[in-house]
Amino acid sequence: MTAATTQQVMTINMGPQHPSTHGVLRLILEMDGETVVTATPQIGFLHRGVEKLAEHKTYHQFITLTDRLDYLAPMSNNLGYVLAVEKLLNIEAPKRSQYIRIILCELTRISSHLLWLATHALDIGAMTVFFYCFRERETLNDIFEMAAGARMNLSYVRIGGVARDLPDGFIEKVREFVNDFPARIRDYETLLTKNKIWLMRTKDVGVISAEDAINYGLSGPSIRGSGVKWDIRKSEPYSSYDEMDFIVPVGQTGDVYDRYNVRMEEMRQSNEIVRQAMDTIPKGEYITDIPDVAMPQKENLKKSMEALIHHFKIVTEGICPPVGEVYACVEAPKGELGYYVVSDGTKNPYRIKIRPPSFVNLEGLQKMIEGRLLADVVAVIGSLDIVLGEIDR
Amino acid sequence: MADVSTIGKKLKQKFPQAVTKVKTFRGELTISIDKDYIGRVARFLHSDKATDFDYLSDLCGVDKSRLDSSDTFEVVYHLYSLKQNHRVRLKVEIPASNPSIDTVTNVWKTADWHEREAYDMYGIIFEGHPNLERILTPEGFEGYPLRKDYPLKGRQPNSLREVYRKGEE
Repeated sequence: MTAATTQQVMTINMGPQHPSTHGVLRLILEMDGETVVTATPQIGFLHRGVEKLAEHKTYHQFITLTDRLDYLAPMSNNLGYVLAVEKLLNIEAPKRSQYIRIILCELTRISSHLLWLATHALDIGAMTVFFYCFRERETLNDIFEMAAGARMNLSYVRIGGVARDLPDGFIEKVREFVNDFPARIRDYETLLTKNKIWLMRTKDVGVISAEDAINYGLSGPSIRGSGVKWDIRKSEPYSSYDEMDFIVPVGQTGDVYDRYNVRMEEMRQSNEIVRQAMDTIPKGEYITDIPDVAMPQKENLKKSMEALIHHFKIVTEGICPPVGEVYACVEAPKGELGYYVVSDGTKNPYRIKIRPPSFVNLEGLQKMIEGRLLADVVAVIGSLDIVLGEIDR
Repeated sequence: MADVSTIGKKLKQKFPQAVTKVKTFRGELTISIDKDYIGRVARFLHSDKATDFDYLSDLCGVDKSRLDSSDTFEVVYHLYSLKQNHRVRLKVEIPASNPSIDTVTNVWKTADWHEREAYDMYGIIFEGHPNLERILTPEGFEGYPLRKDYPLKGRQPNSLREVYRKGEE
């Protein structure tokens, strides 16, 4: 409010039907001419009550709902939830499935970042990048389809492992993509990184200091753009990430341009992680053999009566983890994605709280755009990479 | 991950009245705090150099009324320290009949929306919150959907149009 001058402050509405708000975000902007005085996000248009639904589902059933949170990175959502349940059950997935999880999580990170880059560039006016990014996303969707059978809502992770083993030809297809991709990133960068218009629209726009970023709870590339070197894959490694060799890129000033650079480098790093995981993936089971909590191997259903009964019991009765509560978090493409699961010992979770990174990152938006121009709002929203599916849940 | 087991002891020394229970489950430390102390405990954990909880990961409500007969709600705080790389969970029990607690927005700004969500879902009042309004449910919404006595299908009119019409009156 302090920025208001003697001139009349005008309130304008942006969204929820607006292409640059990346979904159904609505902003109430109080403007003094071209300058933003306050920006108040209004959210909840996509609220489906996922946390309430969770209390009425079994632990396995809820996996499919997690896809629909951040629908651009379904694997990370699946994984975060399953890791929480595995922690509650005190079990660990077999090594091979952990590597499969890494490969697909990093591919969804690339896929998610590609969509961010495509739309972010489009918002600022660079149309070409959009088509390039969607070309690569098409290949990625084909890869996901090979492994999970779906292109978007994968639901590929299971408690104690993954749904099925990687199919024949998968590794070759991924290797082809991984070999190609660095050249593709160079293509995007020639279009943007030193582009004068791009620099003018992104440099020193939407600045947030490291201190503020921490206090506002930003995470993922949004906090790393401000120079905070914090990545959950490094600080609290899960699913064998400690065996991968990669660097965590950080920015300096915390503006839109830094967040752009961080994500571009992250795509390169993810690409290398996928390569390493493919080179060193161990042989073995893809799902753990603990019949009272984990699904049987899919192939056995057609050959073994016991496996069929086992599958039927898990699907119809569900599993009953011990009484207790756990919090598990993963480094999703948007930041810290956490699941707080409370169990009362029955087949339904007593309470599941999802800590969505976009929800918290969006909170920092007001801080970043107050006193800036209206045109910067679009650039800053783009640089936060929000997904309304997980904000509204 | 750093060793967190000392945090419970340290907190007990500093605020003997505040800590009601310290528990470790699956390597996660949970400290139950008395309702009246949450503001002071939060500020202490945030500023103390050894604990250094500069980051509030998550804050949420839990309706405990079907878990035991105590008829309470719980406010759960997940704290993280970027420098020390450790986590702790704080839990505060509040009576379901009068669910109110001090805000922690003055310690972590990120608590703003989390507290609004807990208010929206459970009706927990955060004293001193700058703008305690509903956040996810639409204007004119009645009831607190994540309370256990709230039905899954909702209690709202069949169409949202009716909700909005009601708001206009």
